[in-house]
Amino acid sequence: MAISREQLLHVARLARLELREDELERLGAQLNDIIAAVGKVSELDLADVPPTSHPLDVVNVWGADEPHESLSVADALANAPEREGSSFKVPPGGS
Amino acid sequence: MLDTLRLTAEEAARLLREREVSGAELYAAYRAAIDARDPELHCYLHVCDDDGGDGLPIAVKDVIGTRGIPTTAGSRILEGYVPVYDATVVERCKAHGLRVLGKTNTDEFAMGSSTENSAYGPTRNPWDPSRVPGGSGGGSAAAVAAGLAPWALGSDTGGSIKQPAALCGNVGLRPTYGTVSRYGVVAFASSLDQVGPVARNVRDCAFLYSVIAGRDPCDSTTVELPHEVELPDGDDLKGLRIGVPREFNEHEAIEPGVRAAVERAIGLCETLGAEVGECSLPRAVEYGLPCYYLIAPAEASSNLARYDGVRFGYRSRNGSDRLEMYQRTRDEGFGDEPKRRIMVGTYALSAGYYDAYYGQAQRVRTVLAREHAAAFERFDVLVSPTSPTVAFPLGARTANPLAMYLSDLLTIPSCMAGLPGLNVPCGLSEGLPVGLQLIGPQFSENTLFRAGHALEQAVGFDPVPTRLAA
Repeated sequence: MAISREQLLHVARLARLELREDELERLGAQLNDIIAAVGKVSELDLADVPPTSHPLDVVNVWGADEPHESLSVADALANAPEREGSSFKVPPGGS
Repeated sequence: MLDTLRLTAEEAARLLREREVSGAELYAAYRAAIDARDPELHCYLHVCDDDGGDGLPIAVKDVIGTRGIPTTAGSRILEGYVPVYDATVVERCKAHGLRVLGKTNTDEFAMGSSTENSAYGPTRNPWDPSRVPGGSGGGSAAAVAAGLAPWALGSDTGGSIKQPAALCGNVGLRPTYGTVSRYGVVAFASSLDQVGPVARNVRDCAFLYSVIAGRDPCDSTTVELPHEVELPDGDDLKGLRIGVPREFNEHEAIEPGVRAAVERAIGLCETLGAEVGECSLPRAVEYGLPCYYLIAPAEASSNLARYDGVRFGYRSRNGSDRLEMYQRTRDEGFGDEPKRRIMVGTYALSAGYYDAYYGQAQRVRTVLAREHAAAFERFDVLVSPTSPTVAFPLGARTANPLAMYLSDLLTIPSCMAGLPGLNVPCGLSEGLPVGLQLIGPQFSENTLFRAGHALEQAVGFDPVPTRLAA
């Protein structure tokens, strides 16, 4: 099943990727090939097989409720592209 | 003068202990080797200065966070990022006196099988610089092979430790999922990512594993090791049951020279006293690859959502509002491979396609785990080539993502099942190293070390690249 240009743009929007025209063309063709190849998983009838999300048999791991040292505000902001006071600064608008 | 090409970590530790060499001399010897050979090989993205300690040096793959030392994951989007804390594995290495030599090259976000997807240029194979070192951990494997580090940390999602170790002729362990902390490690696919050791021999590999393994309260997916790590020293394989899965050993993608070297090594195992038998994992190879290339991109699309230009890393100045800033930051910051995987993953998780792709892949994953479990009722370890081919020329697979994905055909199935795997060099084909992988049940690292060590002694592989040996 080929992925339409409209679907491609929709997926890019969901992923917050603004793909340029040349990228849309190149990645679009490659994406079709990849999706066709991985679609092979649908050959198997696995209605009775439970899914595996994680290879270890570990559930509900709780940490002790003890206060401990955490990053200082200065450290947390150390790599910020832009900051103001103790906040990360971003451009206004959009979503 | 120290010969870093031949020095094992164990021998270097002895020299330090007996004060035949100082920590500064040892560190300087590796720095000199890096200065001499790394301009050609490009194993390192960042080289550190001697911090004055007296322990062994170690190279660290650049997806592993190091406090005060740049960590880019091979991506432009993390250019200039300097972590404010150490990954737990780095903390544990430092607690053992190990000192970071530098950060090694990797495919961007560990996505690739050749290190050619690094935004900072490829690493070259020390055995033949016109060829790739494998990937994604090509920098760590090539550094160890070329004597630019006694050992290194790598990370493995679908083969990124084992496959480069195979192509560069060294020993690499992908540990049992959950035995090594990922805290502070750049996440790719969280149900698969594991950190592990790369070394010149199995004993060094086992020792480094003992340093980094064990539960970490900062990573709730980690568990305590059920038994202590044992350094292997035996030279027989009496009583060990070795399974040879047909699908992993007779696949058409396997080069004749690779197959011949692995068959010879399997013959040696019998000579050493192992019971060798054939077995079958009918769907593991055929469906492992498509299963992986749905689950890993799906998880990656979620993990890579954090690169939005707000808290760290690159930010585009070209967006007039917040949404545009996010989109342009990600378009300008990510290379092609992360974009492909984010797109595949987002598609596979999107409404209307989730059950057919991601949901179905999770069921295939159960099938892969069950096939391995069934084989381990009869065998202690499974053996096969690690990579279907020896190191391939730079550029040979870059134009076709699906051809590149095939590089991990034989390493992926056991990764999906959370199983440990050890690459051991088993000979040369066309003058290039061939790697054999030993796969065991969860927490069977000691068995893998025992088998790998005995085989290593019997094979007598010289890990020094022929062209550097003179």
